[in-house]
Amino acid sequence: MSHSAPGLNYLNHAKGFKSWALTLDHKRIGIMYMVAVSLAFLAGGILAILVRLELLGPGETIMGPDAYNQSFTLHAVLMIFAFIIPAIPAVMGNFVLPIQLGAKDVAFPRLNLASLYIYLIGAVIVMLALVNGRIDGGWTFYAPYSTSIGNGILFVTAGVFVMGFSSILTGLNFIVTVHKMRAPGLTWNRLPLFIWSIYATSIVQVLATPVIGITVLLLFLEKAFSIGIFDPALGGDPVLFQHFFWFYSHPAVYIMILPAFGVISDLMGTFSRHQVSGYKFVALSSVAIAFLGFLVWGHHMFVSGQSAVSSIVFSLITYLIGIPTGVKVINWVQTMYKGSVQLKSPMLYAIMFLFTFSIGGFTGIMLGVLAIDVHLHDTYFVVAHFHYVMMGGNVIAALGGLHYWWPKMFGKMYNEFLAKIAALLVFIGFNVTFFPQFILGTQGMPRRYYDYLPQYESLHELSTYGSWILAAGLFLIMFYLIASLINGKKAGLNPWGALTLEWTHTTTPPDHHNFHDTPVVTRGAYDFHLARHLFENGGEVSELDLGGDGAAPSHEATPVPQEPVA
Amino acid sequence: MGDNGSVWLPDPGTALAGEVDTLFWFVFWTSTIMFAMVIAAKLYFMAKYKRNSESDVPEPVEESKALEAVWIVVPTILVLIVFTWGFDVFVKLNNAPPDAYEINVRAMQWSWEFSYEEGATAYTELYVPVGRPVKLNMTSSDVLHSFYVPAFRVKHDIIPNRYTAVWFQAEEAGEYMIHCTEYCGTQHSGMNAKVVAVSEEDFAAWITEQSQDLPPAILGEQVFAQCQACHSIDGSSGIGPTMAGLYNTERALEDGSTVIADDDYLLESILNPMAKIAQGYPPVMPAGFSALSQKQLDGLIAYIKTLE
Repeated sequence: MSHSAPGLNYLNHAKGFKSWALTLDHKRIGIMYMVAVSLAFLAGGILAILVRLELLGPGETIMGPDAYNQSFTLHAVLMIFAFIIPAIPAVMGNFVLPIQLGAKDVAFPRLNLASLYIYLIGAVIVMLALVNGRIDGGWTFYAPYSTSIGNGILFVTAGVFVMGFSSILTGLNFIVTVHKMRAPGLTWNRLPLFIWSIYATSIVQVLATPVIGITVLLLFLEKAFSIGIFDPALGGDPVLFQHFFWFYSHPAVYIMILPAFGVISDLMGTFSRHQVSGYKFVALSSVAIAFLGFLVWGHHMFVSGQSAVSSIVFSLITYLIGIPTGVKVINWVQTMYKGSVQLKSPMLYAIMFLFTFSIGGFTGIMLGVLAIDVHLHDTYFVVAHFHYVMMGGNVIAALGGLHYWWPKMFGKMYNEFLAKIAALLVFIGFNVTFFPQFILGTQGMPRRYYDYLPQYESLHELSTYGSWILAAGLFLIMFYLIASLINGKKAGLNPWGALTLEWTHTTTPPDHHNFHDTPVVTRGAYDFHLARHLFENGGEVSELDLGGDGAAPSHEATPVPQEPVA
Repeated sequence: MGDNGSVWLPDPGTALAGEVDTLFWFVFWTSTIMFAMVIAAKLYFMAKYKRNSESDVPEPVEESKALEAVWIVVPTILVLIVFTWGFDVFVKLNNAPPDAYEINVRAMQWSWEFSYEEGATAYTELYVPVGRPVKLNMTSSDVLHSFYVPAFRVKHDIIPNRYTAVWFQAEEAGEYMIHCTEYCGTQHSGMNAKVVAVSEEDFAAWITEQSQDLPPAILGEQVFAQCQACHSIDGSSGIGPTMAGLYNTERALEDGSTVIADDDYLLESILNPMAKIAQGYPPVMPAGFSALSQKQLDGLIAYIKTLE
């Protein structure tokens, strides 16, 4: 078998198109997802640049209102459904989760490959909308406007429906994998927090995604066969659509953010070489947030025509979910306390996350206040808040994860100096782009506006300049990552000195079957003090830690007394 | 305080808007202080616990349950304060005083119609008396819209086949922007109007004048305010063709035929916009104008005839 031959790994053990297109290897599937979601991010990003360019001044700058309205809509659809939702779970989840568990693959490898193809088919159906009529109105597709426009909406909803199945099947696969395929000794209390967060995400994916499926199906039926469900002209109720939509889309926000929590936890632990503070709290609160996330959808509808009593209840529950999230941020900061902090580029993104995501969180509290939300709802304040949470949360974490796992994925190091410059550009660009939008919002600038009053011009201008800095940072990342594949330095086994199995028990890049022997886990994911022997020679760890805490290699689960972790 | 009309918030136009602002500043400053503390701790730890030796492996820290409790209890108390406070102001925003002066609002793609009980109808300017609570009963004749006056901190969605309401009491005479804040199509960002708050005497004079029968072309000019988002009167091109010099001229249509823009053509184009599409323009005109009264339609046509 290939794993016995030296120099062979999952990338080069088999060659040719078919060896990729029909692969059942979770690592190759993860890499293919990475290519696909990166293309979606690039397309969505170019649209974002065009949208910001149009907003540089009031009136027409580079495009007319119809082109603008479709651009921001397509930007949102691509970024949310084709990029953010699959980005961390499907790319890093696929690549990392089975290895961190000590498994040779996910529980259902064929289903995993099917998920990828279902995702691709869904994305293609969404793109067909472009040539089949207009799609505008934003990613929320509120009826009856969405059913009053052309047939493009049919393709978008069908595409979202299909992509939903990919999400459900991936979630199902991961849940079973986490439950059934953990290596001997890998108890729930020792799981990397990345696993915990992907596990919580998967629960939401399986439970919530069917609701958006049903909703877009109803929308589709209404549009195609004039069955009155949401359109008042047909006897339907437009507020019902909003309930259905947010019943999925609020939990979906947690599909987008929970994986980021996992990445940040791993980064904070590894680069502080320290226990993640409040491990149990961080782990279990992810699961709690996953469930509470189902009970707050109405906070998107304080001024939509739902009863005031509902609004009050939803506001209260929103705070319940805000507190564990806030405590997590404190836990991440506290992880550095009396730790050993190393500011490599992945850690810079974790540090950046604490800044941007905290702003996203505090402004979320602001929006949860009933009376204030009446003023801020559907203004740029919401746009800014959403981008601070989604981009400042998910995308920044995804970039951190990408820089963290890149050497493991491809066996090559990128240029660390350029990586630090890029991180700085992303940080400055992001804040210059989105911070002014908070002020635009509190000053009363509505969102989804093609044209605006002259009083908002200077802040819009600033925001557009910021988008150029941000774009420069992101293109620089693309440049040096691709360059690293061509002439990057060879990456060591464990350049960050991490303790999870993908670093301590696999080669770089990993072998086709991940492990020669099933690993045996003898310590928690962040028990650095139990792994001192790895760091005795200083610098990066350059040999596999097959023996756990220094003992001779063992092939049985050693019943090590549980370290209290909290 | 100097907070009124600050970088963050526009001048409050009502007493209730002032209450919203006080709450806003409370949340703003509490959040800012807490955020600053988190970031300060972060930066301090980054500097203080920087890795000095590559072989350095720190001992785990005994976690303090008391500290953990503080982080949970203090924010919980703060958000409960904020929730209760927000709830209190929200209830005020939602309950118009029983003696409020009521105005009917009809929203449509992409214009407003304000109808007064005295018989007056306005389109771009919502006249209201200063110092009297005003309640708007709103409905839509096509898709969702939302009524928003930033200076009053009020907003509510407008839904077809249903009434929703907002209320406010302007404190000072002046003009305040009205925006539509629920996406409604091509000219969503052009769906603006103004609240014009005037003294009781001026309001009484205005309402009397507006409630009289106007000559058709003058009425038409007012109704035409609904059309101006797309149709100019000065010959410049918009989403739709200009009305200047249109009457009784030959028009080229999308299907290649031509038609004379007479009274019947104008009427058909208002009531059934998709029947004949002018060459070079997208077929995006909303159908909602069929809800105009016969008097308004006659007025519109009379007005278009006057445009050279």
